[in-house]
Amino acid sequence: MMKFLKLKPSVGLLSIPYSLIFIFFFFIPLILTFIISFWDYNEYSIIPDFIFENYSYIFKDCLNFKKDMCVTFKTYLSTFIFCFITWFFTLIIGFFVAYFLAFYVNSITWQIVLFLLCTIPFWTSNVIRMISWIPLLGRNGLVNDFLLSTGLVDAPQEWLLYSGFSIVLAFVHLYTLFMIVPIFNSMMRIDKSIIEAAYDNGANGLQILWNVIIPLCKPGIVIGSIFVITVVMGDFITIGIMGGQQIPSIGKIIYVEMSYLQLPAAAANAVILLALTLLIIWIMTKMIDIRKEL
Amino acid sequence: MKKGLTRRNMLKTSTAAIGAVAGAGLLKGFPAIHAADAPVIRYLGTAVNMGDAVQKRLFDDTGIKVKFIVKTTDEVVKTIFTQPNSFDIVDSEYFSMPKLVPSGNLLGMDTKRIKEWDNVTSAFTKGEVAGKKIGDQGTAPKKVMYLKGAKSKEFASEPTQYVTLIPTVYNADTLGIRPDLIKRPISSWAELLNPEFKGKASILNIPSIGIMDAAMVVEAMGEYKYPDKGNMTKEEIDLTMKIFTEAKKAGQFRAFWSDFNESVNLMASGEVVIQSMWSPAITAVRTKGIPCVYQPLKEGYRAWAAGFGLPSTTKGRQADICYEFINWYLSGWVGAYLNRQGYYSAVIPTAKKYMEAYEWDYWMMGKPATADIMSPEGKKLASKGEVRDGGSYEARMGGVACWNATMDENKYMVRKWNEMIAS
Repeated sequence: MMKFLKLKPSVGLLSIPYSLIFIFFFFIPLILTFIISFWDYNEYSIIPDFIFENYSYIFKDCLNFKKDMCVTFKTYLSTFIFCFITWFFTLIIGFFVAYFLAFYVNSITWQIVLFLLCTIPFWTSNVIRMISWIPLLGRNGLVNDFLLSTGLVDAPQEWLLYSGFSIVLAFVHLYTLFMIVPIFNSMMRIDKSIIEAAYDNGANGLQILWNVIIPLCKPGIVIGSIFVITVVMGDFITIGIMGGQQIPSIGKIIYVEMSYLQLPAAAANAVILLALTLLIIWIMTKMIDIRKEL
Repeated sequence: MKKGLTRRNMLKTSTAAIGAVAGAGLLKGFPAIHAADAPVIRYLGTAVNMGDAVQKRLFDDTGIKVKFIVKTTDEVVKTIFTQPNSFDIVDSEYFSMPKLVPSGNLLGMDTKRIKEWDNVTSAFTKGEVAGKKIGDQGTAPKKVMYLKGAKSKEFASEPTQYVTLIPTVYNADTLGIRPDLIKRPISSWAELLNPEFKGKASILNIPSIGIMDAAMVVEAMGEYKYPDKGNMTKEEIDLTMKIFTEAKKAGQFRAFWSDFNESVNLMASGEVVIQSMWSPAITAVRTKGIPCVYQPLKEGYRAWAAGFGLPSTTKGRQADICYEFINWYLSGWVGAYLNRQGYYSAVIPTAKKYMEAYEWDYWMMGKPATADIMSPEGKKLASKGEVRDGGSYEARMGGVACWNATMDENKYMVRKWNEMIAS
């Protein structure tokens, strides 16, 4: 801060409003969450204390490998799997949509029009976007009606809804745009002459894609990945609705604990979730220095 | 740059706008009720039984307006703990009282100020229906009704002048079924885990209520007889959750639901044919023209009861208006409105005055309808000749086996429930 001020007082002053918002609405609540995760609680109040019970309960039975995997590990494992599959599909779809927009659509006007088209689903709430899958995928839904009437299957396919499949489908549907935007942004900044140079030097389309475009899109890919992964890690609404509340998520556990005023337990879970998410992001930023690339 | 839209002007207007917004936010912090004309009551509750018609009638009769703060059952409790001044009146369930009363956030309600207090049904005050004792496992209202004083944090075992909540509405819950898809009679809670309905059953994912339904099922299956379903030991919780975890792993459940509308959708779409359900959800499925029965079961009903409470800071004019509202609520019009939705009003004689004889016979006496039965919104619920599921008030409320409950081992129960969901 002092260094800023010495350089140019106005710069320091300009950063104050944002710093204050950041401190009051992010940093302080985060510290409080961390502190409360060590408190005790009863039915109707939280009690200042310094105990590890909230944490030890989360990992209770987790080191006993003779028994089934503990709830915490199971839940995180399932969340990680959803995270990975969602990340994979949003990346592939997002990359190629952005690629099409950036390199195949030549007029800026059309780029803007098509880009806005991608955002249209975001005009409604994400709960509505999710729920609209239900009449499609249900036991008596459109997809099953179609499959049955064409004789492709004999009985309604139950795995279509309230399953891992429907969760991933909804995630990909909801979050692909988070990949498209930063990747498209990166692609638009690629100097077209670089691609021409590669072409002139005899590289074919695939080589250009792999050796020129993808490396230059890395910042966009990493930013998009961070969006998708952090959102999926903390999600409980999509997993709840599309999974029929039968599939666990850390978010749901935190939510239930909070609604029963078990705030310290919820705080401890939140701290662990945050630590893991930060770890993933840290690993990703190790792969690429976003600050430098931007 | 155009005149009138300079940067400075822009800043000025936006600052003013922010100021206005912030001001409005501040105003909300004051009890809205202090406005001398047209008092507004901030009503915290699930409001599943409240429609626009109630607000309109209230305003016409008393000049009081209601602003609903709609939350789920669990969130209502949380709000009373964490923001006790964010509402003027709360519509809460009796089973929350063991948690809420020790916090001191609710005021003891003065029964002397309730005109119809002597007419409140004996199901609340004595745990009796038509002179007969009904099941009182769990947090039965009579156990948590009376307080030792206006500011007391302790329950009184004998009737006193001060009560935790002024009773308003209650019902006997059971399983909902799709008779057209099941095609055979259902008579026991045990059917919920019958492998015949594999992948077509559901239970609600609200631990404090779900555990009671689960206990009814376990007992009906003959797996275990609880000394008190509403207050399980750790071992009993483990046993109950073990049976449900195994059923879940075997694919018995299509989904769990935590929101009223979810249960309606599951049932109406045929994803589920048997599930825990609430009375208005059955009504909602039926008004879509889909057959749905609130099936009476031989083991009895799981009952719940709700009432009005006031935050402990209430006094003076604010208290007057809230008591006026409560007295209006119990004076009959709302009672009839609740009865017509399939709930029961806490003050039955006043509700009767506002119901037609044929409605009374259908809803309360369990007699065949002599005319089409309409919902308060004017939709047809039952045709001439049909009989209400479960029959009369005495048959339904008299058949109560247990009440929604807060257990001593509540913390443990919630954790075990979470584990079941995660398994």
